[in-house]
Amino acid sequence: MSSNYEPKIVGFLCKWCAYTGADLAGTSRIKYPPNVTPIRVMCSGRVDPVLVMKALSSGADGVLIAGCHPGDCHYTSGNVKTIRRFKLLQKMLDQFGVERDRVRLEWISASEGEKYAQVVENMTETLRTLGPLNWDGGKEA
Amino acid sequence: MAEKIGVYVCHCGSNIAQMVDCKNVVDYAAALPNVTVAREYQYMCSDPGQEIIKKDIKELGLTRVVVASCSPLMHELTFRRAVEEGGLNQFLFQMANIREQCSWISENKEMATERAKAIVGAAVKRVAFQEPLQEKKVPVNPNVLVVGGGITGIEAALQLADSGKKVYLVEKEPTIGGYMARFDKTFPTLDCAACILTPKMVNVAQHPNIELISYSDVTRFSGYVGNFTARIRRRPRYVDEEKCNGCGLCTEKCPISVPSEFDCGLGKRKAIYRPFPQAVPNVPVIDREHCLFFTKGICKVCVKFCPRGAVNFDQKEEFEDLQVGTAILATGFDLFDASKVKQYGYGRLPNVVTSLEFERFSHASGPTGGKIQLKNGQMPQSVAILHCIGSRDTNFNEYCSRVCCMYSMKMAHLVHEKTGAKVYEFYIDIRAFGKGYEEFYKRLLKEDTVFIRGKAAEVTDFAQTPAEKGKLIVVAEDTLLGITRRIPVDMVVLSVGFEPRKDAADLARTFSISRSQDGFFLERHPKLAPVSTASDGIFIAGSCQGPKDIPDSVAQGAAAAANALSLIDRKEVTLEPTVAVIDEESCSGCKICLGLCPFNAIVFDDTKKVSRVNDALCKGCGVCVAACPSGAIEQRNFTDDQLLAEVESACASAK
Amino acid sequence: MESRMEFTYYPGCSLEGMNKAYDQSARLVSKSLGIDLKELNDWNCCGASAYMSIRELRAHLLSARNLAIAEREKKDLAVVCPACYTNLTKTNHYMGEDAKLRRTVGSALKAANLQYMGTVKVRHLLDVIVSEIGESEVRAKVTKPLSGLKTAPYYGCQFTRPLGDYDDKEFPTMLDTLLKWLGAEPVNFPLKAKCCGGILMTTNESVALSLVRSLLDCATQNGGEAIATICPLCHMTLEAYQGNVNKAFSTSFKVPMFYFTQLMGLAFGFSKKELGINQELISSKALLERRLEAR
Repeated sequence: MSSNYEPKIVGFLCKWCAYTGADLAGTSRIKYPPNVTPIRVMCSGRVDPVLVMKALSSGADGVLIAGCHPGDCHYTSGNVKTIRRFKLLQKMLDQFGVERDRVRLEWISASEGEKYAQVVENMTETLRTLGPLNWDGGKEA
Repeated sequence: MAEKIGVYVCHCGSNIAQMVDCKNVVDYAAALPNVTVAREYQYMCSDPGQEIIKKDIKELGLTRVVVASCSPLMHELTFRRAVEEGGLNQFLFQMANIREQCSWISENKEMATERAKAIVGAAVKRVAFQEPLQEKKVPVNPNVLVVGGGITGIEAALQLADSGKKVYLVEKEPTIGGYMARFDKTFPTLDCAACILTPKMVNVAQHPNIELISYSDVTRFSGYVGNFTARIRRRPRYVDEEKCNGCGLCTEKCPISVPSEFDCGLGKRKAIYRPFPQAVPNVPVIDREHCLFFTKGICKVCVKFCPRGAVNFDQKEEFEDLQVGTAILATGFDLFDASKVKQYGYGRLPNVVTSLEFERFSHASGPTGGKIQLKNGQMPQSVAILHCIGSRDTNFNEYCSRVCCMYSMKMAHLVHEKTGAKVYEFYIDIRAFGKGYEEFYKRLLKEDTVFIRGKAAEVTDFAQTPAEKGKLIVVAEDTLLGITRRIPVDMVVLSVGFEPRKDAADLARTFSISRSQDGFFLERHPKLAPVSTASDGIFIAGSCQGPKDIPDSVAQGAAAAANALSLIDRKEVTLEPTVAVIDEESCSGCKICLGLCPFNAIVFDDTKKVSRVNDALCKGCGVCVAACPSGAIEQRNFTDDQLLAEVESACASAK
Repeated sequence: MESRMEFTYYPGCSLEGMNKAYDQSARLVSKSLGIDLKELNDWNCCGASAYMSIRELRAHLLSARNLAIAEREKKDLAVVCPACYTNLTKTNHYMGEDAKLRRTVGSALKAANLQYMGTVKVRHLLDVIVSEIGESEVRAKVTKPLSGLKTAPYYGCQFTRPLGDYDDKEFPTMLDTLLKWLGAEPVNFPLKAKCCGGILMTTNESVALSLVRSLLDCATQNGGEAIATICPLCHMTLEAYQGNVNKAFSTSFKVPMFYFTQLMGLAFGFSKKELGINQELISSKALLERRLEAR
């Protein structure tokens, strides 16, 4: 593992809760590792596993999916579908030999700026320990 | 077809520029495929900033625009408008958030700049796949639903009704008036709460444009801005509102007495009762749990004495659907439960009461007829008022409840006035922020109130000196004197803080709004949009948004009404066109999507054997899109192509 | 009888010396209730009250070692001393929250061929008995109810503070409840969770003596005939210094002290010898003869 390794994380954040919560972390000037590129979606239920696999195969070392707490989904039950899809996605990742810790599902409400920062911090730390994913066999310099 | 993308990197003063090397980002963007021009500017959202975009669209024939600046939640609308004014469809625009989620959270300039480049690159890749879209316009139903009939809801309802709009005011209790109806005097003017509230309550009852639906709640709320449907559950009073003339004979004759909720359990009410004499509607309600007819099938004294035959034991729960264009939630608060803080002895030691119980003692129509008295009926000679119970406390609620300092001082004044007792106030800070509030504090100082700066540590009955025998001893560190003090008193009043109502979570779910960390309803923006929510058409006002006093509650009630009026008088509103669309050619008719839609917006066409989205009902969550095995469903402005492009670039090496 | 609840047991240093009776009685009554206590293998001192304030990291290492060894047993860890409870729980809690601490402690443990994954829960025995075993099982074992013995339940300051969430922090009631199950009468004891002075007795005696005095005053004023304790240091402080208190304040306290497990033992029908009673500094002989043996 190169000492210059900085984990790259793609974050799928739902507009109503997680993205707003992530914004709140910024407005509150909470400092956390800037390793996430946020991708805004309307609901975590929009996150097709294909998008997650695309992220991992495009250079991401980890993927974060974040949505509203169960029961609080702006679209009532979108996040319930996310849970189901996530479980299947995990099985698929196992088969690919991708460590489960690399893809996380978190519930972050619009007022949980602190939590978002902590999640990203934890995840970055974990990915540092796991090392780069090297999906393409480490062709990247 | 090659796009012509314009990329604009904002400095946002120093907010972005301090941490992100904007020039570096501009150079990076300029070298990306399809980027025609990349610029940086101090404040892109300003007029001159927007002009740059419009100019470039016209002169350079740009087909797509990316602005790298703050959060889209901040200025997406601003830039979309600018782009539209420049002659380009507003949905051919994408924002890259390099402030809230980049410059503001980073401590390392190099990393922040790399991240900014990745974010900008992702936006550039995505925008190339975006298509022009037209916003949908829908009419706005002028009716308004106001939930909660306290002072806030009353103010909102009256403002709206006076402007000619029809208001449905739904109140959970048998009467409107909320907590204010239970107060004796209000700070700092010492106005009698009932005197200023009841005329407004009567106005509500008499207003031709207000339909007061009391003893009811909202069980379901669906639709979209301008077109909501609210399902109301009317609970049975067992008294016919039309026939009852409010004479009160039934209440007089009823043989069953139980503790009164209105009096915090300190006084009694009958099984058929009005919460208080000036209740609106002035119609009693029967408490099924204690009424002899409902529990044992006997009595019916109320029926016997009612001159109008208004008692009706056969009343049933009724449901009704109301069509409204906007809703205002003014559902209020609950008080912190003082028994949680065991060291103050509430519920364990006699003569330890909460502020609301004190109000009821002090109130002329309260359980003691307005006398402040101890359990043994005697007047106290010394009273301690403890501030911040449950508030500013990491063990309970961290926030300050705003009104308690003022109402504590009001209570001190009432104690002086009614009993001449010595009053001790144990405080952390004195928050006297409003008009006339500091002057009121000075007045209390002149009345010889003893203010001790130190939150009370405990209330004990363990006497350590003869003077403490038989008393309640308040132990506190006096931080101005630097010593621990033990003050023996006859009565302790706990100034409890406000909390969100116990049903706040359910209400938030019903109306699809969010709550803050502290559990109160979440406003759209804490400074600039305190009465709006993230959901268009749904407004919040009063203490359900956060603890506040009566002037601020009234102001928010009026503000919410103004917000609603602004929407209604526009006559129509635009909806985000980010709906789902099914390509019939690719649809295999598997019907997987039908069951997934939370809003039943997908229907199956039996003739063509394909599914179709009803875009009036579709709210654009995208759940069906992710599920379709044929990839036949697309979400406008969140298509797979767009998202895949965004993702692909999000992690590309920035070198 | 089958052991329903299995714990590794951490006696702590005080239970090996002056407070042996606590250990004795705790093991006895736990066995009666089907709580299997397997003493933690090769356990070390937890650092008691002082070490964490002076050498925080090393104090964490002491506790982490105990936790690591306990984790091997795959059971929760039962303690009877609140100071041990506090130290073990603090280490557990902070290691869970702080990644850096986890790493540092982890590498130290590794040097001793140990590792700790954070799965051990630390429980005070009183909490286990009241929350897990419960009323009906305890009452079922009471063959000689304590005849309404007026007992002041003394929790001391560390039972629920800072990390004991199983009872109210300022006004706990678990011991009061247990005393009722044993047939004793818990008296109103407003100072039940106040500090006894503890180690302060060696550094600032006058303050500590006045603290002990208040406690004894409060317990007896409300009719307490004896004091029940859940902490070996509190027990020793309140018992051993009654004489000094009497001298300093011209009082005449002679309040017998019992570990809560001794009272349980008496109620369960064990003999005084088995419970280590009659080893104490303030004799409870007269009290027991008068109130309990006559039944």
